[in-house]
Amino acid sequence: MTDIAIKATGLSKRYKIGLRKDPYGRLTEALWSSVTRSFRHKSEPRPSDEFWALRDVSFEVTRGSVVGIIGRNGAGKSTLLKILSRITEPTTGRAELHGRVGSLLEVGTGFHPELSGRENVLLSGAILGMKRAEIARKFDEILAFADIGQFIDTPVKRYSSGMQVRLGFAVAAFLEPEILFIDEVLAVGDVAFQEKCLGKMNEVAGRGRTVMFVSHNMGAITTLCPMSIWLDEGKVRAMGKSVEIVPQYVRDAGRDLSLGEVTIDSDERREAEVTRVRILSASGEVMPIGECSDSLTIEMLVNVRRRLPGLYAYLEVRLPDSTTVLMSDSTDTDPNPLDGLSVGRHVVTATIPARSLGPGKYDVYVNLTGIAGHEFNVHSPDVVGSFRLHDSKTLRGDARPGFFSTLMEWRTTEAR
Amino acid sequence: MAVHAGVEHETAESPGGHRGPVVVIGARHGLLELGLAELWSRRELMYFFVWRDLKIRYRQTVFGAAWAVVQPVLLMLIFTATVGRLPNVGPAGVPYPLFAFAGLVPWTLFSASLVGASNSMVNAAGIITKVYFPRLLLPFSAVGSFLIDFVIAMVVLGLLMLYFGVMPSVAIVWLPLFTLVALVTALGVGTWLAAINVRYRDVKYAVPFLVQAWMFASPVIYTSELIPKEWQWLYALNPMTGVLEGFRWALLGGQRPDELIFVSAAASVLVFMSSLVYFRHAEQTFADVI
Repeated sequence: MTDIAIKATGLSKRYKIGLRKDPYGRLTEALWSSVTRSFRHKSEPRPSDEFWALRDVSFEVTRGSVVGIIGRNGAGKSTLLKILSRITEPTTGRAELHGRVGSLLEVGTGFHPELSGRENVLLSGAILGMKRAEIARKFDEILAFADIGQFIDTPVKRYSSGMQVRLGFAVAAFLEPEILFIDEVLAVGDVAFQEKCLGKMNEVAGRGRTVMFVSHNMGAITTLCPMSIWLDEGKVRAMGKSVEIVPQYVRDAGRDLSLGEVTIDSDERREAEVTRVRILSASGEVMPIGECSDSLTIEMLVNVRRRLPGLYAYLEVRLPDSTTVLMSDSTDTDPNPLDGLSVGRHVVTATIPARSLGPGKYDVYVNLTGIAGHEFNVHSPDVVGSFRLHDSKTLRGDARPGFFSTLMEWRTTEAR
Repeated sequence: MAVHAGVEHETAESPGGHRGPVVVIGARHGLLELGLAELWSRRELMYFFVWRDLKIRYRQTVFGAAWAVVQPVLLMLIFTATVGRLPNVGPAGVPYPLFAFAGLVPWTLFSASLVGASNSMVNAAGIITKVYFPRLLLPFSAVGSFLIDFVIAMVVLGLLMLYFGVMPSVAIVWLPLFTLVALVTALGVGTWLAAINVRYRDVKYAVPFLVQAWMFASPVIYTSELIPKEWQWLYALNPMTGVLEGFRWALLGGQRPDELIFVSAAASVLVFMSSLVYFRHAEQTFADVI
């Protein structure tokens, strides 16, 4: 039996571009145009003044599911969430929401800088829809989650931005609506706290709550949302299982740093340079998300303008906090394939073997240089991309701590 | 299966016997559907807004809540020294300082509430674009914190009455009614202006002037007896006329201003109701234009 929590039918939202550019209309203009309009036949809307942020969007979401909304900037993701969370009304179409609705479109909604942390928890909780008794009951838990210690009675204007984010998210994490809309709010805050929030959200989803989640972080989408809706220019491009939709979207979206491919501007003066870096899955697809049990390849497009003896490349795989977990030089392979590379364009690949890195998010740093005594004008593109590894083939899975996902050999023998 | 491919999956038992609330987005509501039930269900938030306003208003000030009385007291002294010297400006038998102060206290409540309500939407732009709650809560709660100021000023008014030896009659039981009419008027006009302010920031410049002009058009520092008899009906259409005359009658005695009160109260309710209808209509685009 289907139990529908959200049902949207033909939702569309039109903005008048003139209105957006100059939101503070002037009274005289409005009065004047209402006068002139009565002398004209009809005020036909000029299509160039309009912008459809959302066009005829229909979908259904069953109770208890967690759905990701993906798409480029301006695809209508935030507009959709704003309509569903009743902040703005659709131009046409309708939606039904079955259950208590909560939304989290920014961290720290309603915070007032003059009020203390304690006071802001009360205020923000109330604005987000909590009852007074509910806030009182969860107050200690919220404070513990925010982890701001003795600053709780200090005005939040004296907080660091990190502390403000922690406090804001702590309030939000304890919301208990049946339907929750979350915009890209995890992009702020430090990595450890992000992970904590994702964990909290997993917990939330596990309790039968319906969640719709906008993110540009494809790792978060695939981890958290079994299903996704892909919006493109205000329309639904595709919807279905995230494991199918996300790779399609990633291929389509092309060269975003977080999407597995980055292009680097060329410079005539360099004798050798990296012009493109891609992260490839074991099957050769450009894909910033991989499996621990598959290999992952970092591919560089190298442009050589002069034959350079002693040229080599190196790369580092780093944690988001810049800890290097893996480093490799092209000289690790004997002979160094880049040494004296001929003039022209070359594809250089380096493959991380299966079951080496642990599950998690990694940044990729690449560099071209020469061995001692061979100085020339080459190129350091620095961090050029990131990827996420999941471990879905073992029992421990993504919960595996540590730096490695290497499988050790376990065996038993008869004890004597 | 979480996401269906489009709408063709419409099943008869869609809502599935779920007991929770159902929100329908995009359905137009009737002209007189004011959403007051929803407003009531979120009254706790109104309490929090008022609480916040009170916390913030006098933070980092030296005199704190004393500011609630400084303004009407100073105005009373100034008017006593100037206008108060004119003949027949106040009614016979009531000391002018007391007469003026008994007008300035409800007037201050009215004008502060009006200004607060008309700025309430624009001041909350940050949360209006980020979270839903009944928007009408904003102008309503803007008025709340000024009621506390009003209570403090009333204590000073009581002391002033003791000083001049004026004892109120049983008519004082009507005092809350006149206070209520003042609030309803401030809310009505304030809600109109709050909604217009979202789109046209002209309101920000017009309101201070409006309040000043309105004060001189109301019997705050002079008695309405100065207005010729044949114009009294027009004068009473200003809801504050009935409020101020009634307020002073309830405290200081004198002629009961019956007709004035009825006309003013009716005008006040009319403004209030129309503001609710207009606000509901304008509400649909608030988040897009604020």
